Formats: sequence, structure tokens, C-alpha cells
Amino acid sequence: MGKTLFDKIWDAHVVQRKEGHPDVLYIDTHFIHEVTSPQAFDGLRRRGIRVRRPDRTFATADHNVPTLNQHLPIREELSRRQVEMLTRNCEEFGIELYGLGHPFQGIVHVIGPELGITQPGMTIVCGDSHTSTHGAFGTIAFGIGTSEVEQVLATQCILQYKPRKMRITIDGQLKKGVVSKDIILYIISRISASGATGYFVEYAGSTIRSLSMEARMTICNMSIEMGARGGMIAPDETTFAYIQGRRFAPKGADWERALAYWKTLYSDPDAVFDKKLHFDAADIEPMITYGTNPGMGIKITETIPTPVQVAEKERASFERALHYMGLQPGTRLLNQPVDYVFIGSCTNSRIEDLRMVANFVKGKKKAPNVEVWVVPGSKQVEAQARKEGIDRIFEEAGFQLRGPGCSACLGMNEDKIPPGKYCVSTSNRNFEGRQGPQARTFLASPLTAAAAAITGKIVDVREFL
Amino acid sequence: MSKRTIQHIVSTAVPLPIENIDTDQIIPARFLKATTREGFGKNLFRDWRYENDDESRPKKDFVLNNPVYGGCILVAGKNFGCGSSREHAAWALADYGFQVVVSSFFADIFKNNALNNFLLPVQVSDVFLQQLFQVIQQNPKTEIEVDLPGQYIRILATGEEERFDINPYKKECLLNSYDDIDYLLSLDEVIRAYEQSHERV
Repeated sequence: MGKTLFDKIWDAHVVQRKEGHPDVLYIDTHFIHEVTSPQAFDGLRRRGIRVRRPDRTFATADHNVPTLNQHLPIREELSRRQVEMLTRNCEEFGIELYGLGHPFQGIVHVIGPELGITQPGMTIVCGDSHTSTHGAFGTIAFGIGTSEVEQVLATQCILQYKPRKMRITIDGQLKKGVVSKDIILYIISRISASGATGYFVEYAGSTIRSLSMEARMTICNMSIEMGARGGMIAPDETTFAYIQGRRFAPKGADWERALAYWKTLYSDPDAVFDKKLHFDAADIEPMITYGTNPGMGIKITETIPTPVQVAEKERASFERALHYMGLQPGTRLLNQPVDYVFIGSCTNSRIEDLRMVANFVKGKKKAPNVEVWVVPGSKQVEAQARKEGIDRIFEEAGFQLRGPGCSACLGMNEDKIPPGKYCVSTSNRNFEGRQGPQARTFLASPLTAAAAAITGKIVDVREFL
Repeated sequence: MSKRTIQHIVSTAVPLPIENIDTDQIIPARFLKATTREGFGKNLFRDWRYENDDESRPKKDFVLNNPVYGGCILVAGKNFGCGSSREHAAWALADYGFQVVVSSFFADIFKNNALNNFLLPVQVSDVFLQQLFQVIQQNPKTEIEVDLPGQYIRILATGEEERFDINPYKKECLLNSYDDIDYLLSLDEVIRAYEQSHERV
């Protein structure tokens, strides 16, 4: 019987398999950041042990960093202390840190691929649920808790039960104005915020194959929003071309050896999945969420469901969500005024996202009623944007181009959406309070966000293309 | 980590019949700045508990502010703990005093985090979950029994019970206060052998 891509990578990393026990899985690459690592380092100190493989561990500061005046000390004391503690821990344990001010600093899931650290066939973990992003390169990448961060620091291994496998195939050509963010919001709206819990997802089909690495990362990034532990895409020429020449990519004979291995990483034709889903690209339109979990999404021209259209058990949550959002069932979101537009996060802050937005807003100005924050995913993305003159396009449009970080995705650092305000956001979660207490989030693609910035309301971007 | 175990618990329970409770609700991101595992309980469900983030203004309609309900068992709607991987969610629940969370479905990462903190996630059927909500809301003094060795949860007053699953390894850990890291450290030679035969990058 053939093997899935997931099985091939998993089985190659099993250090020990024992009946009744979870597998002991070897981890190739461990990313850490300031929020979910301090207690893990404390644990190592308490046990009197070192980091087993500092050479396989990479650190950056992203969640807590301000995105303005990054050259100054962080004003908020607790945030500053957490970032300083990461620096001290990395020094003490000999870990490479791309901290604030470093030319490689950025959101952990942006810098890994950008530096060529993320490579096909790897197992990758990080104390962050959006670690699934790295699956775009044909890796098994998943988020873990702090106790597991400590496990990996201590032993480079993690105890895991093998999840079930799901394949989601999308075939056909995307319609005008539809981008990868719309694909994943569409899938989640179809299968719900818990539709893939217990599964690891492989995305396949001609639509996926046609996407750039940036676009694939956006899709894998949001796998967790339907409950999946991770998402992955088999590597192909697009993948190899993206990696070649990057800082940590194999070189010379090593490259040839790696490439030969990477080309074996695909699901065999007779591989068995526990569940298979199929979607048609032609059915996907620009998407937007109306509620308080990413499964509560609609096509931009559709109406918000009415309570009778929602399963009885979910009705209370549905009504609670609409109340929080200040929206009425059965109405359209089109023409809904917005107060903020946030373009950023590990979902949509790569150079291709910024180019897409710049291309759309060039020569236009933002609406007076909105504040627009563009937050690049990394120092390198920021530098590239400046090199291409994207910064000037944003400036002329009245957008704020800020420094890299997680920013308004999670309401942890200084960048928060005020109570009651509406924000069209390219991030990944529309949970209550996610962007700040009482903030109201509409998740959408960078294109739809750009159109909202220019018009000051939710619009169908296709009418402007 | 302090030596803890879970064996047998009998307690009243706190009902929270909301689906898809994500870890941002359990502990909002702005409270993740501590560098220890303690003290997160006071911010558990922070934005559901207080008006405008003001501790002097508890929201009367939120169950943790209702003195009628109490106990170390939280009973919550389907897909509990979805979203962020923050272990702080498990720390906050445990620090507040919960020892068991019952739901009809748990998000994967939360489940692992809970087990690693001796907070027992008990997954029950939809039907049993609705029964629990009903009996607890009818009589908040209803006692619920959770038995880890026997893997069952029982409503004491009615005798209705259901078995729950837990993987055998984790069960051993919870019963005996074993620790994943001690176990993995004991495999040092196996890990080294793996590294020697797989060093390829």
C-alpha cells in the first residue's frame, strides 16, 4: 500500500514506537518566541539540563514588540521584560536569536521560510498554533504548548499520537479577484471551525499547484482555524525555486542530495486518507467573516445566515456572535462602514501580499473614516517593500507602514483595535476580543482589505479590478 | 513541576454551555506576559467576567460570578479550547481551581496542554453533555463523579454515567505523576542513535 506525504515524513522521524505509547518523534527545527518559551527555559534550569540541539533552534521576538519606534526600548514593562528574558535565555543556552533590531527579525512563521530554514521533509514545531504555515513546504509542522516546548528543548523529541489524515483537493482556475486567503476562508466556512480537528490536512489539486509559495503559506497557516493540527502541500518546482539560494538552504552537492530526497515527498497514488474532500475553484468568491470564529464566513455578496439556517445546537453561539459584532441576521455585509484596516500577521504579511495591496492602491487615497495599518512580516519584507517603492505608494495613499511584528492580530502589544470598532483584517482569527477588548473583526484577503481601506466600507473588490 | 496526580474526583460543577470557546476567551493575549506558570487564574475568562476590563464590575450574568455554581469541574460546549496553542489557558483553568473540563469535543493542542498540567479533559457524547447541563442548571448542588482509573463520569443523583477515553500512556502519567520529559530524557541513547543515523542536513 502506498504512503501519504504525511506518513513518509512522520515515519522517517519516529525515534521509538511502543505499543500503548505515543510515538517519540524527532524534531528537525524548533522555532521559539518570547511568549511561550520563558516557562520552558525555567524548567530546563530547574532540571539542570541544557538545550539538546541549540543548532536546530531559532528564536525571534514578534508577539510583544511594538511596530512603531522599534529602535526605542519597549515602553510596556511586562512586554519589555518578556523580550529581554528571551534574549537572556538565548544567550544562556546558546540559541541564535533574531531579536528586535536584527535585520532578520520578524514574525516567526515569516522568517523561517524567508531564511530557507524551513525545508521539505522536516518536522517543525513552535509554541504557536500557526506553525502550520511551514507545511506549505511539505513539512510536518504544528503548534505546541509550553510543556512541549520544554520537551523539545530538552530532548529534540516530542511525544505524539499519529493524527488521522485528510486530503482537501481544489481543482480549477480561480476567478478574478479571488486569492489564496479566499480559498482557505471558503474551506473553513464549508467545514466549520472544528471540521478538521484530529486530522492533519494535505492540500492538493490543480488550484493549489498553481499557487506561489506565499499563497500556499496563507492556506496552510489557517489549517488550525478548522481544528487541524497542521496542513501541508507536497513540494514541487515552485517550492524548490523558492528555497534555492536562501541563507540556510543547502548548497552545492548538498543541494543536489536534498533535492533528490525532496522529490520523493508526495502522496503515492494508492495512499489511503481517512477523509477526502473536494472543492471547485470556480465556486470560490472573495470571502469575508461576519462572526466570531473563522468558520462564520460568507461570500462577499451573500447575506449573513438567519437563525433558522443555523443548526439548532449552534444557534445560541450564532446569536451571541452577531450580538458581539453588532450585526443583523439575513443582511448583507456590503457597504458596512469600517473604522480600521489591518494588513499583516503570519497569514498575510509577506512581500507578495504587500505587492498585491500596493498594486491595488497605487494612485488612490484611503477613505477619511478609516485608519490603515500595514505591518510587514519581517525586517526583510520591510526592506524589500522600501526597495520597490511600495512604502511611497502606501504613504501617498495615507496608509501607515509600520515595523514588523504580530501587531493587531492578537491584541497583545500596543496595536489594538478600540472597543466596538470594526476592522477588516488580513489576520487569522475573529474571536471576541482578539484584536483588543470588544474589537470587531472581519477576516478577509489583502485585496478585499485594500478595497475597504480605499472606500471606507466593505465592498466587492471585483468591482474595482 | 510539582508532584500532582488525578485519581477520583467528586464535585459540583460549573456549566458553560457555549460552543467553540477559544483560548483567547479563556485567557486573553494581553495577560500572557508573565514568565511563570502561576497567577493566571485571576484573569481566567477575563473579558466575559468583568465589564470593561474592570475587576470591580463583575458581569452578573457570567457563570463564574454566580455564587450558586462552584466546584472543580467545568462543563463546556463543543470544541472547547480551539484557537491559539497558549498553554496559559490550561494554567489559568488549573490556577483558578478546576481539575476537570468536560466537553463533547476538545481542540487537539488544548487537550495535550491540559494533560500536561494535570487538568483532565473528559470527552463525553453530545447527549450526555446536554444531560449534564440540564441537571446542573436544575440543581447546582448536583455532584458529579469523575474516576480516572475506571474512566467513567457519573451524575451521582441519577446514577447516569458514561465511559470516557484517555490514552493509556497519559493515564499512567496522571495517576502516577509521571512527566513526559523524564521519560524522554531516559531515552537519551535511543535519540542519540537516531541522530547519528539521520544527520543529513
